[in-house]
Amino acid sequence: MNTRSVGLDPGAIARARLIGPGAFEAPLRQRLMLWLVTGGVGAFTAYCLVLFEVSPLRLWQGLDKLVDVLGHMFPPTAKDSGWDYAYAMLQTVAMAFLGTVIASILAIPLGIACAKNLVPNWVVRFVFRRSNDVLRGVDQMIWALIFVRAVGLGPLAGILAIIISDTGTLAKLYSEAIENADKRPVEGVRACGGNALQTIRFGILPQVLPIMLSNALYIFESNTRSATILGIVGAGGIGFYLADRIRTMLWEEASFIVLMILATVYAIDWASRRVRSRLIGTTESTPALH
Amino acid sequence: MSLAAVASFEARYQELRARSLRTSVAYAGLFGLALLASAWVGEFNLVKVAQGLPRIHEYILKTLPVLTWSNLWGDLAEWFYGLPKWLMLLWETVLIAYTATLLGTLGALALCFHASQNLARGRASYWIARRSLEVARTIPDLVYALVFVFAFGIGPLAGILAIAIHSMGGNGKLFAEAVENIDMKPVDGLRAAGANWVQMIRYAVLPQVLPNFTSFTLWRFEINVRTASIIGFVGAGGIGQEFYTAIRMLYYEDISALILILVTTVVIIDIACEKLRHKLIGKEGLA
Repeated sequence: MNTRSVGLDPGAIARARLIGPGAFEAPLRQRLMLWLVTGGVGAFTAYCLVLFEVSPLRLWQGLDKLVDVLGHMFPPTAKDSGWDYAYAMLQTVAMAFLGTVIASILAIPLGIACAKNLVPNWVVRFVFRRSNDVLRGVDQMIWALIFVRAVGLGPLAGILAIIISDTGTLAKLYSEAIENADKRPVEGVRACGGNALQTIRFGILPQVLPIMLSNALYIFESNTRSATILGIVGAGGIGFYLADRIRTMLWEEASFIVLMILATVYAIDWASRRVRSRLIGTTESTPALH
Repeated sequence: MSLAAVASFEARYQELRARSLRTSVAYAGLFGLALLASAWVGEFNLVKVAQGLPRIHEYILKTLPVLTWSNLWGDLAEWFYGLPKWLMLLWETVLIAYTATLLGTLGALALCFHASQNLARGRASYWIARRSLEVARTIPDLVYALVFVFAFGIGPLAGILAIAIHSMGGNGKLFAEAVENIDMKPVDGLRAAGANWVQMIRYAVLPQVLPNFTSFTLWRFEINVRTASIIGFVGAGGIGQEFYTAIRMLYYEDISALILILVTTVVIIDIACEKLRHKLIGKEGLA
């Protein structure tokens, strides 16, 4: 390589710029594009902020109040409802557990019905996939609110909400796992004269079971988090107390509950990682969901 | 092989099988016990479910509108009587999600390099960045919203800030993981050429992680649209407030109309984001 021609003297730099302008800066069109996009995003964001009446004064006053609230949160205390909180927290985890177990079982037939390699009929697949979309597209909290109206206040509404929304999610994940399965074992079982059920049991299940379990565990972790807020609409668990303590401005107790939630979520994540590594030999969670 | 060897092999095999069966049964028992305990604590029993199912069925039937062939347009117009108002609220919901995603991503960008093991500037800043991201994503967004509604007043601002903080935590973790997986050679090269920390990140790290970051951000936007649609339950703006009123006050047909609008929007945004993602980073590079 000729290093002398591109030394540090200005003449050489000018010559190099002439030979290869692309090495010094991006073409004009690209730079214009970048400025346009940046300007567009900036202008749109400004429009949003104006629409939502966000002003420095409002932010400042809010922050002032927030600092005040944070000051009142210490020290976190349970007063005399410690046992109530502990039981509600336990109920939260129970709701997540029960909901996940039922959903992961219900999702198996649904997942199979959505898998291309098992159900060649596209009409059937289409119907099941779109109904999955509806189950997943409506947020868990909306389901919870609806079930509270239908079956009354309490954890049952929360469990049903978890079951409904996660059956959709898990069915989608299951069907993807089934579609990605190696088809050679399936052909092997078929060639030996296995019927449809045997094909699934011996050709597909051994391949997808670890993935399904891993997904179910992952959903359990995620449900422990989301079950903590189901109580805000009266669907059982700790959320009821938390919302109530915040609304009545009992900040010390609210911060106690938040700390309890943090500890529980960490504990569940840890336990779930242990179980996953025992069952499947990997500690990695599904990245596509977090 | 002698017969005795085969016999001892067989005995050993049976023993191992029995032991693995015992462990399986023990774990299954533990699992069953946990399930029973959960059902008890969660006040879940089949009688209640059996009683509840017809009520749910009845409820769903009530939300369905009466549509007749002879007067289809009139019936549809009656069903979607609130459409102009709902579309406005829907637009507000999407904008809340957009603003919150933007703010949250900026926060995540500021913290993620401090929170990645290979680029952290010191133990203290690494620890602080990690813990604050953890707290930001572990506390549910609705809880932030409840507190912010108190501090900033009822309205979209509280919702934006709540979702933004949660997004910062979620995205910050993903960003930091992406940064930890980069090729360190460009970083070494820039450091050898005398670049400072910011220059190093701009020219050695960012070009490597930008596709991942974009993909995560688009995906976060999809999640945030869903969250923004319920954040109104606690008074933090968007279409959630309308939903809450409809369900609480038993405006049955509104519920199905709102769900239809919401699901359509979510599906459209999901598909658009997916298309954009593929366009930006190519089908293969999808994280």
